Amino acid sequence: MKHLLSAADLTRAEAVHVLDTAAEMAATQSREIKKLPTLRGRTVVNLFFEDSTRTRISFETAAKRLSADVINFSAKGSSVSKGESLKDTALTLQAMGADAVVVRHQASGAPHLLAHAGWLDAAVVNAGDGTHQHPTQALLDAFTLRRHLAGDPALGATSGVGADLDGLHVAIVGDVLHSRVARSNVALLTTLGAHVTLVAPPTLVPVGVDTWPCEVSYDLDATLADGKPDAVMMLRVQRERMSSSGGGFFPSPLEYSRAYGLDARRLAILPEHTIVMHPGPMNRGLEISAEAADSPRAVIVEQVANGVAVRMAVLYLLLTGQHDATPVPVTTTTTRTEEAHA
Amino acid sequence: MSHDLRHDGTSTSAVPTTGTVVLGPTEIQRALTRIAHEIVERNKGTGDVVLLGIPTRGVPLAHRLVERLTAIAATDPGSADPIAPAGELDVTMYRDDLRDHPTRTIGRTQLPPGGVDGKVVVLVDDVLYSGRTIRAALDAISDLGRPRAVQLATLVDRGHRELPIRPDFVGKNLPTSHTERVRVRLAELDGEDAVVIQPAATTPTEGHR
Repeated sequence: MKHLLSAADLTRAEAVHVLDTAAEMAATQSREIKKLPTLRGRTVVNLFFEDSTRTRISFETAAKRLSADVINFSAKGSSVSKGESLKDTALTLQAMGADAVVVRHQASGAPHLLAHAGWLDAAVVNAGDGTHQHPTQALLDAFTLRRHLAGDPALGATSGVGADLDGLHVAIVGDVLHSRVARSNVALLTTLGAHVTLVAPPTLVPVGVDTWPCEVSYDLDATLADGKPDAVMMLRVQRERMSSSGGGFFPSPLEYSRAYGLDARRLAILPEHTIVMHPGPMNRGLEISAEAADSPRAVIVEQVANGVAVRMAVLYLLLTGQHDATPVPVTTTTTRTEEAHA
Repeated sequence: MSHDLRHDGTSTSAVPTTGTVVLGPTEIQRALTRIAHEIVERNKGTGDVVLLGIPTRGVPLAHRLVERLTAIAATDPGSADPIAPAGELDVTMYRDDLRDHPTRTIGRTQLPPGGVDGKVVVLVDDVLYSGRTIRAALDAISDLGRPRAVQLATLVDRGHRELPIRPDFVGKNLPTSHTERVRVRLAELDGEDAVVIQPAATTPTEGHR
């Protein structure tokens, strides 16, 4: 593994290996001394063209726990606001000797371009690109699911090691159209053997969803009652990607909340063991009510903690071991090296 | 070449096709029994002793040593020492050669309930060679607590140290050349007990420990 660009690039064995590595990383995080010397002397650049709190802090924490040097680069207050191109930014990072670049960008495919354009030797980790992919979020969701549903949660961090998500049913509810989290999760959870149902109003279901390996439902109550999901993942309504006040995707926030929000009544329909997830940040009162967000079945805060362990695992797997030092120049952005090697 | 190596599904290492068996099951048993006695003698009992096996093959060796320490304690009714507990200490994240090998899988670290603070930690590994694994283990221990002392037990010492590290308990000193490979095979993981020396460069890419 040289880059992590899309959750769809991982095979089942690779995904399980990342999750197992994350479990051992998580086990080290309950120690008094949480810092490990593993990536001493390596430099990780957080290249964020889009606002983010938890993902950036999570990657920064993960890199620092492994003793890497971290440089934070956000588009605001940098030369990007003066009009510098992605290429020149990349060349600058290359000149500074970055070993890994964690990139978030509003344009789908920007991490892929960084990885394959030949500007950088560094490993590239996609931390969210447009409405395309957010693979580490899917990995941390899979890790959280496995820990609670495929192992014995009493074991703590190492619960479910070696297992996949075979036979689990996960409902992903809300703004699928704008959600890279949903796209990454559909790919990864399906690879790991889970069955995914997307639930959204028709206006927030993307064109072409019929080619995805999942089911689509427009009726949340029916999915919760008949599908008996093992986990319900609520997605944030991404109002910044909608034109104004819902942008015509739904009549009003209240109506959205009534039809697709997770509240106490819907929580009561769910099977006893079902967990409630949310990638954050939450719009309390819109897609999730306070009762649901704060209920004991919500694992939302644990998802954040697991995010650090998963990102430690990803950085470890990308930055150790022998990799081919010469970058593979690729002229088109649609060719994936994984396919080229296959 | 009087070895009888069988392949079974539990094997995690390549089955040596060539090689000389230098220790058989009986010799390994005897060496471990002697090491257990030496641990008791050196520490005047096993009161504060904690055995930490270094994955992969140090872990079953540590458990076997605990069995023997238990048997020794049973022959001495006057001894009030608690049985020495065994744990696992993974050193992968402390290694200095992470960039020179294919990415290593991280093993499990599991300390006994009492931890290592104030204890005598006996590190257990299968083969002592450059000493770099033990260097990493010492760093790993210092992140987990502050033992009163750290000792080192190894089934095979093959020489060629690159660091000032010396074992306290040795099963067998095995003079080897740099190019040879020493393989320890244990019943728990490989289906049989044997220490095998293989001649040079049969699998040149695989690292030694």
